[in-house]
Amino acid sequence: MKKILKGARVIDPNRKVDEVRDILVVDGSIAAMEKKINISGAQVIDLTGLILTPGLIDMHVHFREPGYEYKEDIETGSRSAAAGGFTTVACMPNTKPPVDNAMMVEYVKSRALKSGLVRVLPIGCVSKGLEGKEIAEMGDMVEAGAVAFSDDGRPVADSSLMRKALMYASMFDRVIIDHCEDPGLFEGGQVNEGYISTLLGLQGIPASAEETMVARNILLARETGTRVHIAHVSTKGSVELIRRAKAEGVKVTCEATPHHLTLTEEAVVGYDTNAKMNPPLRTKEDVEALLEGLKDGTIDVIASDHAPHSIDEKDVEFDKASFGIVGLETSLGLILNHIVGEGKLNLGQAIEKMTIGPARALGIDAGSLTIGKPADITVIDPDLEWTVDKNKFFSKGRNTPFHGWKLKGKAVLTMVGGKIVYADENISDDNINRAEILKASYK
Amino acid sequence: MRGGNTVLSQKHLLGLEKATKRDIEQILDTAESFKEIIDRDVKKVPTLRGKSVVNLFYEPSTRTRTSFELAGKYLSADTINFSSSGSSVQKGESLKDTAKTLEMMGIDAVVIRHSSSGAAEFLSRHVSAKVINAGDGTHEHPTQALLDMLTVREKKGTLSGFKVAILGDILHSRVARSNIFGFTKMGSEVYVAGPQTLMPREIEKMGAKVAKNMDEAIDGADVVMALRIQLERQKKGLFPSQREYSRLFGIDKKRLSLAKPDALLLHPGPVNRGVEISSEIMDGSQSVINEQVKSGVAIRMAVLYLLIGGARQ
Repeated sequence: MKKILKGARVIDPNRKVDEVRDILVVDGSIAAMEKKINISGAQVIDLTGLILTPGLIDMHVHFREPGYEYKEDIETGSRSAAAGGFTTVACMPNTKPPVDNAMMVEYVKSRALKSGLVRVLPIGCVSKGLEGKEIAEMGDMVEAGAVAFSDDGRPVADSSLMRKALMYASMFDRVIIDHCEDPGLFEGGQVNEGYISTLLGLQGIPASAEETMVARNILLARETGTRVHIAHVSTKGSVELIRRAKAEGVKVTCEATPHHLTLTEEAVVGYDTNAKMNPPLRTKEDVEALLEGLKDGTIDVIASDHAPHSIDEKDVEFDKASFGIVGLETSLGLILNHIVGEGKLNLGQAIEKMTIGPARALGIDAGSLTIGKPADITVIDPDLEWTVDKNKFFSKGRNTPFHGWKLKGKAVLTMVGGKIVYADENISDDNINRAEILKASYK
Repeated sequence: MRGGNTVLSQKHLLGLEKATKRDIEQILDTAESFKEIIDRDVKKVPTLRGKSVVNLFYEPSTRTRTSFELAGKYLSADTINFSSSGSSVQKGESLKDTAKTLEMMGIDAVVIRHSSSGAAEFLSRHVSAKVINAGDGTHEHPTQALLDMLTVREKKGTLSGFKVAILGDILHSRVARSNIFGFTKMGSEVYVAGPQTLMPREIEKMGAKVAKNMDEAIDGADVVMALRIQLERQKKGLFPSQREYSRLFGIDKKRLSLAKPDALLLHPGPVNRGVEISSEIMDGSQSVINEQVKSGVAIRMAVLYLLIGGARQ
């Protein structure tokens, strides 16, 4: 089966491409990228006026399966990813049971394969049972397909364990992703420590809770010569620590989330549990530091930390509510509007943080348009105006502080291995077989 | 007093942050007029006859609950007490479900005490009844602040132009937060002091001034308010010992003498005698701690009246 994706502005930051090109897809792979491609017998999809990028990658999502399927399962998570323009996601292992052995890695892979939508890369636990005591069987998990290791949802609190994990994982060329939070400094925290925590009478989480762990991880990465990835950086101090470490040549990468880039702690006023996340939303100064970090390359990746919860876990008293929000379906729109639209990054830089950036951080061969490689492609309509409606999410989660936000720019077509896994209702090309997509999405 | 102009600017009383100066004045004026009822032989007026009030107490609090209960009863409202122990809450019922149940019962006002900050606001989103915050976590305790203000106003005749010192565990005190909003709105200056580990960040943005130490806060004060120390805070290492606390942060005669000679001494109670306040001054002439309790009933009568009875002709 041949497809020609015609007339889009192709942006591939890895190849420094930004021009109108046609792309030929043959048997699921990219066969050619030329100014004009005209061959007979191919399905032609007209993408004039749209932007075509390598398939977006989100290296930090929670699909909750197994154990918490009522929040999300791998299939609904995949559908949500496809609708958000993501072709590859890396799935955190804090499920029940956690993904801490090869069998569990296989399970996640098999469930993802069955849903047949986006590429779901399992992340294995750093420690057995997420208990933070002994390192998990990383070698086995790597053989089974684990792409990285993390105890996300909680930090690797024991510095000795973290040191061993970094050294052990490096044998397999896999990165440790750490949720940086000093448990003692966190201590029942609910929101950023500052005026808002004082005003609302909520236990504050100081910036130092994150920064001490970021500093520790940098020291361990420097000492062991191995690579560490800092998940969801949220403070100015963390950005400064990472910037300095990178300048010294320490192997550290990091990510920021769309919500930490667009919201401040003010969002929790009124006890809105949809603004309760961990790390918490911080101050304007922190947000500005994150934007600066994105711009100067300190922050490598934009990741959603997609964390679906049921309504019963959010529609409760603030201190009883679960941390986290869904993000896959709002991520790109928020970045296009509030980061690119407001001139914080140019479009190419933003795409880089969502394609080759995460691919490099994970050490996977993806995030770029390459002849002969699978056609993982995202098509964006930069002018499409839409309103975030949590009731229309493909995710089971409705926990978003962005409900009702008006955004401009959206993924309208997502292709994984040449197969269209999502086509927005606003894309009006007769050559897109909606019945086929629907079948693929709901099989 | 009756008539449309007695209605408060807010539908609920969730805190004093959003209350206007006029709201506060209205509550205090109403409370003052109700206070006389408490001294009557027959303490009952028909003002809220036919109205129902639920005291929803998720935290034990004998004095606040009793105060609200009496306030309702003195005004002839039907008051029901609901405490979390021995109720469906222990069976796992959520606050939201409890709210729905109350909603179906046609309750006019819900008085809620809860360990979670924001619980009163949460409840107000789920019921059409008027919600009165009787203390939510470490957020606000508006009726306590109002009764403090009523006590001070009665003694001093006004609430403006004073130096008010609030002392002790500010971090965990809902009373402190409500009093900062209340007294500053009425035109007084509020100083806070206490152990640095119990001082919330950026509290000055709420309108309070952070004193360097206890003596600076008390120096020349018109009102000195000590806060209750939760003894479990000591176990969390927020201060080393009760002994040291009472020495460094307790208020005794000598320290109180730094305040104006006619300064009033307040405490939301119950007092840890000898820790926050020495027995000598607690029972001394400047202490209005017992009078605060009486003001409490009057304030709660006023709040109930203004929220569920005040709009009626």
